[in-house]
Amino acid sequence: MSSLPVFQGGHPEAAARFVENEPRTHWHDQSLWFVREKRDRAASLVPDWEALRDAAAGIRAHVRGRLPELLEEFERNAVARGAKVHWAADAGEHNEIVHRILAERGVTRLVKSKSMLTEECGLNPYLEARGIEVVDTDLGERIVQLRHEPPSHIIFSAIHLKREEIGELFHEKLSTPAGLSDPTKLTEAARGHLRQRFLRAQAGLTGVNFAVAETGGVVVCTNEGNADMGTSLPPVHIACMGVEKIVPSLEHLAVLIRLLARSATGQPVTSYTSHFHGPMPGGELHIVVVDNGRSRLLADPAVRGLLACIRCGACLNTCPVYRRSGGYSYGWVVPGPIGSALAAARDPASHATLPFASTLCGSCDAVCPVRIPIHDTLLGERRTLAARGLIAPGKRLGLALVGLLLRSRASYEAAGGLLRFALKWFPRFLLYGPWNVWGRRRELPAPPVESFRQTWRRTRGPLPSPAPRGKGSPGTSAGGSPRG
Amino acid sequence: MDSRRRILDALRNASPPAAPAPDLSRVGVRWDDPVARLTDAVAAVAGKLVRVPDRAGLAAAVAALAAELGAGRIGSAVEGVPGRVDLSAISDPHGLEGLGLAVLPGAFAVAENGAVWVSGDAFRPRATFVITEHLALVVSVRDVVHDMHEAYRRIAFPAAGFGTFIAGPSKTADIEQALVIGAHGARSCTLFLVG
Amino acid sequence: MGAPPGTLLRARPAGATWQTPPVRAALFVPCYVDQLWPGAAMSAVRVLEAHGVEVVFPEDQTCCGQPMANAGLAAAAEPLARRFLEVFGGFDAVVCPSGSCTSMVRNHYDPFLAGAPGFDRLKARTYELCEFLVDVLGFRGAQGRFPHKVALHQSCHGLRELGLGVESESTRPKSNKVDGLLRTLGGIELVPLARADECCGFGGTFAVGEEAVSVLMGKDRIADHEQAGAEIVTGTDVSCLIHLRSLAQRDRKPLKFMHVAEVLAEALP
Repeated sequence: MSSLPVFQGGHPEAAARFVENEPRTHWHDQSLWFVREKRDRAASLVPDWEALRDAAAGIRAHVRGRLPELLEEFERNAVARGAKVHWAADAGEHNEIVHRILAERGVTRLVKSKSMLTEECGLNPYLEARGIEVVDTDLGERIVQLRHEPPSHIIFSAIHLKREEIGELFHEKLSTPAGLSDPTKLTEAARGHLRQRFLRAQAGLTGVNFAVAETGGVVVCTNEGNADMGTSLPPVHIACMGVEKIVPSLEHLAVLIRLLARSATGQPVTSYTSHFHGPMPGGELHIVVVDNGRSRLLADPAVRGLLACIRCGACLNTCPVYRRSGGYSYGWVVPGPIGSALAAARDPASHATLPFASTLCGSCDAVCPVRIPIHDTLLGERRTLAARGLIAPGKRLGLALVGLLLRSRASYEAAGGLLRFALKWFPRFLLYGPWNVWGRRRELPAPPVESFRQTWRRTRGPLPSPAPRGKGSPGTSAGGSPRG
Repeated sequence: MDSRRRILDALRNASPPAAPAPDLSRVGVRWDDPVARLTDAVAAVAGKLVRVPDRAGLAAAVAALAAELGAGRIGSAVEGVPGRVDLSAISDPHGLEGLGLAVLPGAFAVAENGAVWVSGDAFRPRATFVITEHLALVVSVRDVVHDMHEAYRRIAFPAAGFGTFIAGPSKTADIEQALVIGAHGARSCTLFLVG
Repeated sequence: MGAPPGTLLRARPAGATWQTPPVRAALFVPCYVDQLWPGAAMSAVRVLEAHGVEVVFPEDQTCCGQPMANAGLAAAAEPLARRFLEVFGGFDAVVCPSGSCTSMVRNHYDPFLAGAPGFDRLKARTYELCEFLVDVLGFRGAQGRFPHKVALHQSCHGLRELGLGVESESTRPKSNKVDGLLRTLGGIELVPLARADECCGFGGTFAVGEEAVSVLMGKDRIADHEQAGAEIVTGTDVSCLIHLRSLAQRDRKPLKFMHVAEVLAEALP
């Protein structure tokens, strides 16, 4: 897997390039909107959907408050069932641990099912550089692996690709017939191709959807069965998990499993929801518990709520900006609303444009199964960026100046008058110069003859000055039922 | 200091606020007719549900399915359903490649979503359920639960073990969101509901 | 409180006064409405007065500070928040023909004003126009005719932050105060959109900072309104309407844009 593209302009520049191909952008947008609609239908069939979300948010908040003890309980129970538990403070250590487990056993052929954590840690290139063949077995992941691209969506890794492009790729790499683009036939070809890899694999690596403290087990959900193929054929299973994936007990798992697939793909449940407690007879199970910045997030009240994320991707599917800019515009392994919030929380300087790649429409909050207040978090991150001087100086100064003008009625009215004058009288070439970003594809509003307040004064007469701070006059009713 | 200590200390020092154990009393769904609901749910996950009046009829029903699928090598871990392949004698799961139909016992089925809980204690080798070309699961009609909450109340892992919810055949929509049945696991999944 | 639902009120001529106005409300006019789309505010006045509300316009108001706050510039936004509290605190009701500006006061002023005397009261008494008509005045009845094909553009802040309606993501039974108000107008045909509440792409400085995506989002909304057969696009937020209208004008589309207040005012008998 190649590393993510590094671009100077951040999200705006990458998004502008993506949007240049308008038909393709519409196709991408429609594909993801389709998934959003499937999610809506699935949720509507669950009578206790909102109560489930409340319960899930409660579980995640509760877990955040008890992570160390839950992780210790998990480790005890996992080890008691024969698993080995390893701890990795950061990405580098994670990669070293995985490599060591494999190297000690002479493993050179590894099959992998989807794990955003291993993407985050850059595991694939690390292992490949050390002579280990890593085969991603999730179909979407395998497609982008063969193209030397990162995934563009955390669930549908190849959603940015058309079937013809996948057909060409398979023709080149899997020797499928030229021009074959039927998804069923392409999937069949992938089945055969990956079958060989499963059968030859010496170890299987998976992510972890949830880890259960009470029983010491890890849970992996897939539709394809690739995690199960990869962990039931070779004798060694390595499961990598972020510290936040823990749940206290099986009853909590029920809540999250009911939400996960419905939010991610619109299915009631994935085809396989596998619970691994200890190794297979004669096998080994290694669980790698990873921090890599999560404890720092936990320490920050403004962003610790982001650790509730169960990586369902619903926020990506609903985000009108992600749908029209694609997963490669964000510069981090996880794109979209949650990715922007996480990236900016971890490294504000490198991801300063991400909290602004949003209109704060709030749709992400509304679909999040664990009720993360994503858009409010993004707004808070804008404040953090401003406080650290990471906002473009021109923008900062411009808005600060406007802010100053707005602090007095006189300067506000003067500025407003000037604006309307310019809109009315300036020639078009002056108004629509290259400096006018708004004016590239939009008309400027035609100014009204009068502002509202000018009309008010003219028709209602001047008010006594200063304008009264009228309390409700005695005799009027209380003016409606106040909220709160 | 080792990483384990560093991580646990860092998490402790992060001082997140304590939050009470969540109230789970308001979640859960009950169906007036769980079996009818299960039938719909199994179809929704691209599985098939076949009613078999009693255990005696199971072997014939399975044989009919195998014939329909053209499955030659059949392996069964269900009492009363014979299989040409003796699963218990297989020491290397790689030898299961090409297995046409695996017949496995399900502990219970979940009406909410069509999933069947299959315990790793009930069959071996583990790979059987996923490497097989076609899968048949056998569940008693008395073992239909309403939702996942009820399901998890029936599950425990006191010792090492494996268990999986299987909902229909393997599938993917990774190519242009087109649903394709049969990815890496079974190409079909038939639930025999007995009784 | 207000006129009983269903009562047909006559439009109140400008300049006349009620003996005992049932409600007295301060009008909060967003800065860009004041300067660029004053018709929305004038119409809001007409509609409120037609419902027996005495409307006061505190002239010291300038701007709620949302553009600065949304850019993360808390230092620039705070003085404006304090000014707002000074100007509007103490009124029985503050009514604003904008969802996003109302939401600024109710949902986003806390970092600047939490604990300030009068702030909680201000939050409790600041309303967007449609929710004021429906929730405070109890307005339910028909108020005239508007025989046109109209598409309702659901501005995000009003919808998801103020609860003007149930958002499409939710599984709760669908209802919408703005839609409900419009439906009572005689002859109106509300055309259904393919995407009921997708964002228009304005987003404040987003419109300029992420120009490419902003424009495409707006054009997609316009295409949706067109395919639905709308003659007129209406909504609670002039910011969204300016953005959409600016795109429609550049592409010479015949779509007309009116603020909800303007629709209600034009329909008044």
